[in-house]
Amino acid sequence: MSIALFQPIDIVLIIIAFWLTLGLLSPFSHRSVGPVTRWVMPASALASGALLAAGLFALAQPPETAILPLGLPGLPFHLRLDPLSAFFLVLEGGSSFGISLYSAGYFQQMKPRQLGILSLEYHLFLASMALIFLADDAYLFMVAWELMALSSYFLVTTDHEVGEIRAAGYLYLLIAHIGALGILLCFGVLHGTHGDYTFDSMRAATQTPFWATVAFLLALFGFGAKAGMLPLHVWLPEAHPAAPSPVSALMSGIMLKTAIYGLLRVTFDLLHIQIWWWGALTLGLGLLSALFGVLFAAVQTDMKRLLAYSSIENIGIILVGVGLTILFHAYDMGLLAALALAATLYHALNHAFFKGLLFLGTGSVLHATGERNLGRLGGLIHRMPWVAVLSLVGVLAMAGLPPLNGFVSEWLMLQAFLLTPSVPHAYLNMMVPIAAGALVLASATAAYVLVKFYGIVFLGQPREPRLEHAHDAGWWERAGLAWLALGCILLGLFPVFVIIALDNVTQSLVAQGLAASASAHGWFFLTPVSPARASYSPVFFLGVVLLVVVLTFLAVRRFYHGRLRRDAPWDCGFPAQNARMQDTAEGFGQPIRQIFEPAFKMTRQLPSAFDEHPHYAVSVADRFWYALYAPIARLAERISGLIGLIQHGRIHLYLLYSFGTLLLLLFFVR
Amino acid sequence: MVAPLSSQLINLFAALLLLIAFAMLSQRRVLSLINLYALQGLVLALSTATVAYSTHQEHLYYSAGLTLFLKVLLLPWILHRLIRRLNIKWDVETLINIPTTMLLGIVLVIMAFNVALPISQMAGTFTRATLGIATASVLLSFLMMITRRKAVPQVIGFLSMENGLFFAATSATYGMPMVVELGIALDVLVGTVILGIFFFQIREAFDSLELRHLERLRED
Repeated sequence: MSIALFQPIDIVLIIIAFWLTLGLLSPFSHRSVGPVTRWVMPASALASGALLAAGLFALAQPPETAILPLGLPGLPFHLRLDPLSAFFLVLEGGSSFGISLYSAGYFQQMKPRQLGILSLEYHLFLASMALIFLADDAYLFMVAWELMALSSYFLVTTDHEVGEIRAAGYLYLLIAHIGALGILLCFGVLHGTHGDYTFDSMRAATQTPFWATVAFLLALFGFGAKAGMLPLHVWLPEAHPAAPSPVSALMSGIMLKTAIYGLLRVTFDLLHIQIWWWGALTLGLGLLSALFGVLFAAVQTDMKRLLAYSSIENIGIILVGVGLTILFHAYDMGLLAALALAATLYHALNHAFFKGLLFLGTGSVLHATGERNLGRLGGLIHRMPWVAVLSLVGVLAMAGLPPLNGFVSEWLMLQAFLLTPSVPHAYLNMMVPIAAGALVLASATAAYVLVKFYGIVFLGQPREPRLEHAHDAGWWERAGLAWLALGCILLGLFPVFVIIALDNVTQSLVAQGLAASASAHGWFFLTPVSPARASYSPVFFLGVVLLVVVLTFLAVRRFYHGRLRRDAPWDCGFPAQNARMQDTAEGFGQPIRQIFEPAFKMTRQLPSAFDEHPHYAVSVADRFWYALYAPIARLAERISGLIGLIQHGRIHLYLLYSFGTLLLLLFFVR
Repeated sequence: MVAPLSSQLINLFAALLLLIAFAMLSQRRVLSLINLYALQGLVLALSTATVAYSTHQEHLYYSAGLTLFLKVLLLPWILHRLIRRLNIKWDVETLINIPTTMLLGIVLVIMAFNVALPISQMAGTFTRATLGIATASVLLSFLMMITRRKAVPQVIGFLSMENGLFFAATSATYGMPMVVELGIALDVLVGTVILGIFFFQIREAFDSLELRHLERLRED
């Protein structure tokens, strides 16, 4: 079946071409921002909506292929749209629809020339990510991958006048390229010495377990660097805060998922065997990333850095799911592998929505107040009710509270964990409960982090007088936020439909679907494995929550109001409550800093008791930076110093070097 | 045994190529250097056309045409214009005096022939005897780049090195694939244009095209 004229793959290609056209046209509007914000961004959002629809349609279709006669002569681009690609296209379309709508309002204050360039990079970025999902040969994949890395680098360094932002961009580019090298080598191993670089011939090739392991480890390294997996995460907390907020939302929401896509594609599609300890390794690294991310998020005082660390946490959770899937699949436990995979993909989709929503929310706060430091915000719920309420949805979703979407995927993940004791491996059976405990710790701490985030930014009293003049977001921005919030709510309320839609993906990757068992009790109850084990009904839950709220409200009104009320005559030592009495971001994170002290590299500046103007400062640094990255940087510097010895600055000597090399080589060839 | 006419022609062209390489090495004037470069290109085009005619390799005709257009007409024209605009009147200065350079060149030619011997025995083409000459002209051009002090002769040395490479490719394997050849031709053109721009920049910064001034750019 097809839509009258076009296959979904054609529609996706048209959307990509449309994005590229929009991008190439934008720099021409260098007089005013109007053309870009009023026409280009909304048109781009429409294209995202079309991508969402095409992806949803393609999810239920068998794979389609196409060949684009571009690229080098004799080396065309191969494209393929299968359910896995379709799912990630849905993720991209759904998330970027909201982000582009938001951008139409957000960028109105930018300089026209700068905005034109930004819009070009923005659309290149979107198009390259869609191309990654479509690529069916290593060649196109790498081209799109590099295009994505470069366009996002230029997006990150939009404010390149600031030295720190240039440094952040450089770090990002460096790690992106080291990762790309890993991916390239991985494709080299998969290619072996036979066939060509299409994914089809890689699927057909069989690898020995040794080379398969090499390929997997290279893929884990390469894609891990892009995803922000420990210990390759250092670029993430630098690059996300440096970029403009909609770009952070795109990077965190969609770009990190391209790495997950690549890892799944290589592990389950291109490699024909999976070995159990790959799963254990991925699981371990995922757990470490999740714990590390959430602990560091708890001690941040910059809104966007906090969210960036929380992205590391969520990527960690997703990697845990990937690890579990590999584990179950290697032991041939189809239904459980399907459950873990569904949970992974579900969480990836949820993260794209709620993290996008929160990054956009911080963008609005940043615009309204010019402030990213949590210590100078507060009380914004009165000035920015729209942003506050919509962000609350994202915060609750990310904290994993039912009936929103974050809960469903984390619950599914835990279900997968609880079923692990059936794995035929004694040590694994012992380790898994610990891993499950660590995952729960990470999710609970995430909730703590979000209470801090929301409470300090939106609740209480403004910590600075100028926050009184903060204004709410404009209509475009509200529309973008509302779309993402709606996504969080719908994904949370109707999980059974999502699981059914994911059926084809899990079928194609682990040869087992979840639709039949998940919808055994209709769309109302989600029953992942069997109704006897566990079931969850978000609609029912929402009903109960609403009922309790309404009853409490009525009861309070009925019994409390109207009674005699007393007021304390002397206010009990609080004659006037001011902003400085509130808990600060540092104060709120203090218990976490205390409990997990060994995890942080802290430098504290405590005032002495006799100081007239006491000043307290604490800074938390990443131990990985000092233990892993700094030695490598020093080594590189020393080696470059040695090479500098032969640098004389005389062009004739340089020519002589190559002349000597040439003569030497000629003698060797003999 | 008398070799067929085409083979004799190829050998003649090869000898001419080597002669021109030596002439360039000993040439003191920039203008004559450019003319010699154009002449070298012409010989190269003729020899490629001869190979094409005698082996019926269609694509070599295109190569010959490309060489003729690019290396005999376009690049010399660009270089002529460049030195007119730069107003270069002076003679070429060398680091080592010219007789010594020539002696070094002879040593290089002997070495090139020795080095090329095993390769030309492997090659199955009837032009294989000229591989030594091709290698020699690459090395001679390289020597020219090393011994010249000004920027323009260095660029000409670079371009004539590419000529030697091209000749080596024709004589060893009847030319490279068309795609590669086109790519190299484009590279040479772009390289010349970029270097031309650099000349202006260098002169603007240092008031001279002497490369010795660039040594100051080294970071200590």
